[in-house]
Amino acid sequence: MFMFVLRRIGAMLATMFALTFIVFYLVNLPGNLEKIAKTEGNMRMTDEQVASWLEKEGYSRPFLIRYGEWIVGTVQGDMGYSRVFRKPVSEVVGERLGHTGILMFWVMIVMVPMSLIIGIMAGMREGSFLDRSLSVGSIASTSAPEYVTGIVFTIIFASYLGWFKGIAKAGDVTFENFTLPVMTMAMYGMGYIARLTRASMVEVMTSQYIRTARLKGLNFRSVVLKHALRNALITPFTVIMLQFPWLLTGVVVVEAMFNYKGFGFALIQAAGNNDIELLLAISWVAVIVVLVTQLISDIGYAYLNPRIRVK
Amino acid sequence: MSEYIGTGEILLLSVTRFWPTWLAIAITLAVCWPLRERLGVFGRLYGSMIGMCGLIIVLFWVFTAIFADAIAVIGPLEQSFAAGMKKGTPGVTDPQSGIIFLWGGDNLARDVFSRVVHGSRIVLIVAPAATLIAYMVGATLGLPAGYLQGWSDSISSFLANLILAFPIILLFYLLVTPEVRTPHPVDLGLFTIPWSIPIGLAAVFFLFPIIFICTMWFTKYENNQAKLISYLGVTLVIGFWAYSALVFNSDPFGVLAMEPNMLNVFAAVILGSSPGVFRIVRGLTMDIKTRDYVAAAQTRGERPWYIMLWEILPNARGPLIVDFCLRIGYTTILLGTLGFFGLGLQPESADWGSMINHGRPFVRLANTAHLALFPALALMSLVLGLNLLADGLREESMKD
Repeated sequence: MFMFVLRRIGAMLATMFALTFIVFYLVNLPGNLEKIAKTEGNMRMTDEQVASWLEKEGYSRPFLIRYGEWIVGTVQGDMGYSRVFRKPVSEVVGERLGHTGILMFWVMIVMVPMSLIIGIMAGMREGSFLDRSLSVGSIASTSAPEYVTGIVFTIIFASYLGWFKGIAKAGDVTFENFTLPVMTMAMYGMGYIARLTRASMVEVMTSQYIRTARLKGLNFRSVVLKHALRNALITPFTVIMLQFPWLLTGVVVVEAMFNYKGFGFALIQAAGNNDIELLLAISWVAVIVVLVTQLISDIGYAYLNPRIRVK
Repeated sequence: MSEYIGTGEILLLSVTRFWPTWLAIAITLAVCWPLRERLGVFGRLYGSMIGMCGLIIVLFWVFTAIFADAIAVIGPLEQSFAAGMKKGTPGVTDPQSGIIFLWGGDNLARDVFSRVVHGSRIVLIVAPAATLIAYMVGATLGLPAGYLQGWSDSISSFLANLILAFPIILLFYLLVTPEVRTPHPVDLGLFTIPWSIPIGLAAVFFLFPIIFICTMWFTKYENNQAKLISYLGVTLVIGFWAYSALVFNSDPFGVLAMEPNMLNVFAAVILGSSPGVFRIVRGLTMDIKTRDYVAAAQTRGERPWYIMLWEILPNARGPLIVDFCLRIGYTTILLGTLGFFGLGLQPESADWGSMINHGRPFVRLANTAHLALFPALALMSLVLGLNLLADGLREESMKD
């Protein structure tokens, strides 16, 4: 188990280095640097002026040295200075991550229990009417990406019914403010997790030990709750963890749509305004979030599933 | 003042305007009915409610894309210059030309209905084509990774995990920023080609179909020189002609061409979906290679690539067809995401993602909500159709 975790962490670090290297290369392409020089200086700078500006700001030193410096700085918590927000990057990222964290917390609170309940209800009696209708519902919800559900919900609940505003202010956790973004984000993942829970539940319900439990004379309810549930939840657990990369895209879409000033919105601002230090920090944080959740999912799977743990 | 038609009439006209589509669906289903025994798993879809619904929705959009010119009333970029047509609510009638804007007009007084219909063409070309290429990439790398294992597996798995760990949206932003995507000419001595990172990516990805098909001929006709040479020749000539035309926009005959923006979108979408294909192909290969018929082929002394392409791949087709349907839907969503952030095709393009993006600022008022609503519903229905079809196919193929 220890070696397994160690190997995973090694692979994770290698992935992180490779990815940050790629991002660092992409944001430091000559075109990007030239644009920074022109927005910071003035738009009519000649090529020589651009070159001397880059020289002065230290952008024209060798690429690998700058990458090394960036890594060292980032590990120490100094991620540079954001040119758009006029603040240290770590401050911006910390604040924005907090806002997005609150949003994600509520998404998880809504999404996970609902999708597990739907999946278990659909999977406990395969082929029943309940199963069929819940499955079609799950397929429908996975078919609508956030930018579609967001639009449809806004039109129904904000434009026609007028219950909500259709925008969400960051840092203001109220029902009126949060319902639309949370619903939009929960909707897409819900169908997916529900379908996986259903598949896993169906598999468990046809297994020998469930039959034994039924033949012992236990009633259906306690078979489902006591025997099937724990085993059926192993797969959904890993899948929920692996949802994070996708949720990140969802975060960006939803924050853009509802003007929620969180992490995803900062990404759009950084990319749109060529704020390379902020963009680098955001990519770094995003990659870490994804890799750490993958690690937790791997370890959690091994921990939950005794057959793997023993090996 | 412009005139409006009622809700009932809008609904009726929305159905009847698609008459070529309905006719084509009816003919297709009627023609395939007697052949259903011979169509394999597709024929058995007639027995599955869900699969049939999915198939009809998918066919609806396929035929709408084919007959777009007959269904759409005006071109996707044509504007009306009459008063009151800008952001006109659904059913508004142009007083000058008498054209009814069935689903309303957008902020530039273009017909939303015609734009959605024309947009289906873009979506239904890009999404399946990109998925197909992603499949070639995934299969060419996934088969040896699963069959041979070893270092080729380690390298390609690491690459796939790398891309999968990367938040796809960030990748899009990095790849499609103007600084990265603007091509600059590179002189190769003999000729000059345009070069940028997306073009480079596309240059790699578009090679895979050629490699894949050539490897197929090589392994199949190894002992039949004449056939091998003719098949290879045809593949290479057509392949590299299309390759140079599509990737480097330098078709010597000027027949085939692709807009640079379209190429960027292709590169981004293929990059986003090929790791998934790689994983599923690799997993299936590892599963199938333990079967008896693979052992038989090994004993016969067949080469590894023959076994991969002509023994393993055909036997993996069941799950792959299902996954292909799902993945077209996923690619459609990715394409929409690109459009939604304004990273995709030209801003005036009628693809659904860009339309949603342009309608987004108007969505909070009830009488301008239609700008984004109709493309959003169109996109959702296509993906829903593909997902239902995939579900039906899976149900039917599990019955074997």
